[in-house]
Amino acid sequence: MIELKHLSKTFPTAEGSFDALREIDLTIADGDIFGVVGMSGAGKSTLVRCINLLERPTAGQVLIDGRDMTALPPKELREMRRSISMIFQQFNLLMQRTCLGNICFPMEIAGVKPAEARKRALELLEIVGLPDKADAYPAQLSGGQKQRIAIARALASDPKVLLCDEATSALDPTTTRSILRLIQDINRRMGITVIVITHEMTVVEEICSHVAILDHGRMVETGAVEEIFQNPKTEAGRRLVYPDGVQLDQLPAANVVRIAFNGGSSYEPLIASLAIDCGVKVNILGADTRNVNGQAFGTMLLGLPQDSGEAAKALAYLRAQPDVTVEEVPDYHG
Amino acid sequence: MDKVMEQLMEALTSPRMHEEFLSGLWDTIYSSVLATAAACLLGLILGVLLVAGERDGVYPLPAPLMKALNLIINILRSVPFLILMIFVLPLSSVLVGTKVGTMASIPPLIIASTPFVARLVEAALREVDKGVLEAAQAMGCSPFQIVWKVILPESLPSLISAATTSFITILSYGAMSGAIGGGGLGKIAINYGYYKYNVGVMLVATVLIVILVQIIQSVGTRLAVRLDRRVRTVERKGRLGKERKKVLKKAWDAHRPRI
Repeated sequence: MIELKHLSKTFPTAEGSFDALREIDLTIADGDIFGVVGMSGAGKSTLVRCINLLERPTAGQVLIDGRDMTALPPKELREMRRSISMIFQQFNLLMQRTCLGNICFPMEIAGVKPAEARKRALELLEIVGLPDKADAYPAQLSGGQKQRIAIARALASDPKVLLCDEATSALDPTTTRSILRLIQDINRRMGITVIVITHEMTVVEEICSHVAILDHGRMVETGAVEEIFQNPKTEAGRRLVYPDGVQLDQLPAANVVRIAFNGGSSYEPLIASLAIDCGVKVNILGADTRNVNGQAFGTMLLGLPQDSGEAAKALAYLRAQPDVTVEEVPDYHG
Repeated sequence: MDKVMEQLMEALTSPRMHEEFLSGLWDTIYSSVLATAAACLLGLILGVLLVAGERDGVYPLPAPLMKALNLIINILRSVPFLILMIFVLPLSSVLVGTKVGTMASIPPLIIASTPFVARLVEAALREVDKGVLEAAQAMGCSPFQIVWKVILPESLPSLISAATTSFITILSYGAMSGAIGGGGLGKIAINYGYYKYNVGVMLVATVLIVILVQIIQSVGTRLAVRLDRRVRTVERKGRLGKERKKVLKKAWDAHRPRI
């Protein structure tokens, strides 16, 4: 279990001090895939670097399985770091070593016998799907392949925790998905706790079970991913969940309702069944919906017919649906 | 001009001159090799200290110590070599028992070139990506392991280039030392060309130095390039089909569930 207690980090700058993290309290359960999300400059990277003490917090504690990282002497800190692996946006592989050499590196540091390390490294190459790249140098690989090698290297020390610092931000969407799938798989198979730092909500959606939202160094929201997606409570949360916002200014001057999907199976059939069951046609004026673990979340703006009878019928139908919240939008402006 | 040709012919044909050139060449080579080896070792240590010991380095040293180190290096680098050599010659008589000759020129060569090598090493080591150092730290490397297993191997090609440059600089310093009692090709060039107006001999000695420099430079460059893994190797024509197969396999693998 990872616990951050009243964690603060202040950087001195030319214009005075800058608070990168303010009083962060966070608990991450074992075996979780925990997302830390926020706009750039929100303090995500500083937060993850405080966990393995690449940055020393100005105040507060970092407890890993009850041991306070900030209180460890250098040697013990290094030992602890071996159980907390990290992968990076820029991969940070050793360019003068082959892939095999890179994967052997953490074991070399820990004093594992070369033959044993080599055997384990070959297994790991198999796990990340690059068994034929043992003797290739990182410069000969694509971005996705480099990240796979970095993941294999991260697993070499048999870690309890894997920190991913914007690990997919330099990759294209397809590669991102395959890397995320690999991380998810590792989490499930090996039970490694994963902490994913990202500015992309799609990454959180894809693999995380819990998420914390950082804004200007503060943790503004935290909870299960479904909860946050269903009902982001803060401005920062809404900005991340609905990055494009909901377009209110395109609405015609008619009855407008906003319906929120709280995790029903799907949203498209609702509009179709509304038309079939009630014989009422509605306009979809705007929608921002997404699929999280097979459940629908998000909001949709519907323009109801001018006829008040039909509108009321549609409203009643929508209200009767499970997993859907309906609210009228009286204050829209055309 | 005729006189120069005559001197040149004599320099090239006379056995006495051959012997002189050969021993000069040998003196130059061994003094340069010894001085370079020592200067590279000392320069490497100082360069590592300069990089690792700075405030954000992997093993920060006390700031006054770093300031002093930088100051000493800068002072030694700003004193012209010949003058420094005169200062250091008494040390030579202590170390090798004489103030003249090839051996006597080695300690001053080392002292004069070490600060220069240290700066070259420093520049080479700074090329290592900060992210890689961070990754090493995150893996639990000790400062010594970061230096020995990350910084030095990662900057190996640049270090070889630095060693090549150092070798050539020391070679030219060594030639200069011929003016104040040092041995080697430089001494021959200065003795014959400057004191005896024998331009022919001076030319031959100079050409020998030029050839030596060319050999060292091309060996050094080749070695640095060969050991540099940071650049993607150029695909050879015949392997295009193989590469394409790899791309297809990759695409296929990406759609298959892992593990």
